[in-house]
Amino acid sequence: MSKLFSQENREAFSNPLNLNNPITVQVLGICSALAVTSQLKPAIVMGLSVTAITAFSNVIISLIRKTIPNRIRIIVQLVVVAALVTIVSQILKAYVYDVSVQLSVYVGLIITNCILMGRLEAFAMQNGPWPSFLDGIGNGLGYALILVLVGFVRELLGFGTLLGFQVVPQCVYDWGYVNNGMMTMPAMSLIIVGCIIWAHRSINKEEK
Amino acid sequence: MKALRNFFDKIKPYVEEGGKYHAFRSLVDGFETFAFVPNQTSRVGSVNIHDAIDSKRIMSFVVIALMPALLFGMYNVGYQNALVAGQLENATFVGMFLYGLLAVLPKIIVSYIVGLGIEFVVAQWKNEEIQEGFLVSGIIIPMIVPVTCPLWMLAIAVAFSVILAKEIFGGTGMNVFNPALITRAFLFFSYPAAMTGDYTVWVSQSSIFGCGYNAPEAITTATPLGQAALEGFSGYDSATICNAITGLIPGSIGETSFIAIALGGLLLLWTGIASWKVMLSVFVGGALTGWLMQACELTEIQWYEHLVLGGFAFGAVFMATDPVTSSRTECGKWVYGLLIGFVAVLVRVLNPGYPEGMMLAILFMNLFAPLIDYCVVQRNISMRAKRAINK
Repeated sequence: MSKLFSQENREAFSNPLNLNNPITVQVLGICSALAVTSQLKPAIVMGLSVTAITAFSNVIISLIRKTIPNRIRIIVQLVVVAALVTIVSQILKAYVYDVSVQLSVYVGLIITNCILMGRLEAFAMQNGPWPSFLDGIGNGLGYALILVLVGFVRELLGFGTLLGFQVVPQCVYDWGYVNNGMMTMPAMSLIIVGCIIWAHRSINKEEK
Repeated sequence: MKALRNFFDKIKPYVEEGGKYHAFRSLVDGFETFAFVPNQTSRVGSVNIHDAIDSKRIMSFVVIALMPALLFGMYNVGYQNALVAGQLENATFVGMFLYGLLAVLPKIIVSYIVGLGIEFVVAQWKNEEIQEGFLVSGIIIPMIVPVTCPLWMLAIAVAFSVILAKEIFGGTGMNVFNPALITRAFLFFSYPAAMTGDYTVWVSQSSIFGCGYNAPEAITTATPLGQAALEGFSGYDSATICNAITGLIPGSIGETSFIAIALGGLLLLWTGIASWKVMLSVFVGGALTGWLMQACELTEIQWYEHLVLGGFAFGAVFMATDPVTSSRTECGKWVYGLLIGFVAVLVRVLNPGYPEGMMLAILFMNLFAPLIDYCVVQRNISMRAKRAINK
């Protein structure tokens, strides 16, 4: 048990959440972070989907890493990821159809998410299944964390709702408050992600 | 003046480092260097370029140049209000001006308090001198928004642009985009209803503190360009153009009067603060494109009408010539200006969603200004290299 949660394994899980966050530090997976975060619910679903796919593709690739011929490893990785993405896409269609419609192509485009390929190449190809699993979960959650933050700000200021529930009370609108239309545009999420990166780097100045 | 000098000398020890109120150092420093040309000329011991006036004096000249347009804008706000209320024959000049003053002054105050507040905080925080760029932006911003723009929106937009378009790039002189235009772009994309909406925003329709008149009902008053985008330009005749030149048309506060803007423009050219190349080439670019569009029968607006309607003249004189965000090479200034005029008219004519293209055109070319400079410099380098080789 102690070996399962050794210092190394714990770091494989916790580093991507903060100091090595895929979005704010490695600046990967930005495109989907801009596209799906106009509301909180798709952001959460997208974050969870990517977490599941990263974790399991990491495990699968890690299991077969010694048998993959080096020259075709990218194709093999893509096949694994594509299979998992298809499964997730079908599950989403079956259980949360409205979110699936909202996410539209972006579920399919998880295949091209740089975080996935990056983790497979950088971690799963060199490490055993269990650390790879933790690494996948950590990176997925690190990605989801930023998505939820951005989605929270954008839905609150852009629509006045959270998860579809009206949060900004009607009386505020009566005083003349208006929802910020720019928050619903992808341009604004780029600025919010930039602000998060700014804050993250000023907090963690010493570590670098 | 003497009393002011003595006052600054008296409070100085308190705000120096270690003094009782050193949190206000940048504030006092800012006002002191605004009121008096500082004696101290250079803080860093490296090479400096000597200029007869410092940037606070330049900014003051631009603010003076903006005054005709601003004062006329105030009068026009009152005039348009009386017009929609049908009370034009009862309204007096002073009454209309006072109404406009009451409508515009809060915007100027909000813009300055928010913008300068952020500048002072940043200067204090980074332990730098206060930067003066906002003196001009702060007065331009109220002039390029509709008169009915709510103050809280203005405050948010000013904070957004000062922080994200200026301070994070390093403050005055480092910004890529014109902060005043970023403010307007933010308002335009965030609160489209308050910026164009159903065209009730251009004219103030209710009285303020007993000044002005309440319009009998909400009256839709499009700007001439908006009208043209909606239903074609056929309803307009030469009277509209006369009004556009004097400025008695609905529109953003400072942009309507061609004559008032021209007065300010002449002052800028006479003092050498604005580049005549940029100013001229924007007009030439706009006129040529307008003529081309007309020749291709894409628009009913005459080419010369493009130059006096909407924010074209204001943008050409006060925004495109911003020395920080425009091209710096002399050849690049021509390209930069021509392309602004070109893009502005292109957006106006070909995109029905945006009746006014000046803001987008200038922001777009702000983005390209460094590239234009780079190309001009590289061309010069390769020309000289060729000359050296051929010898």
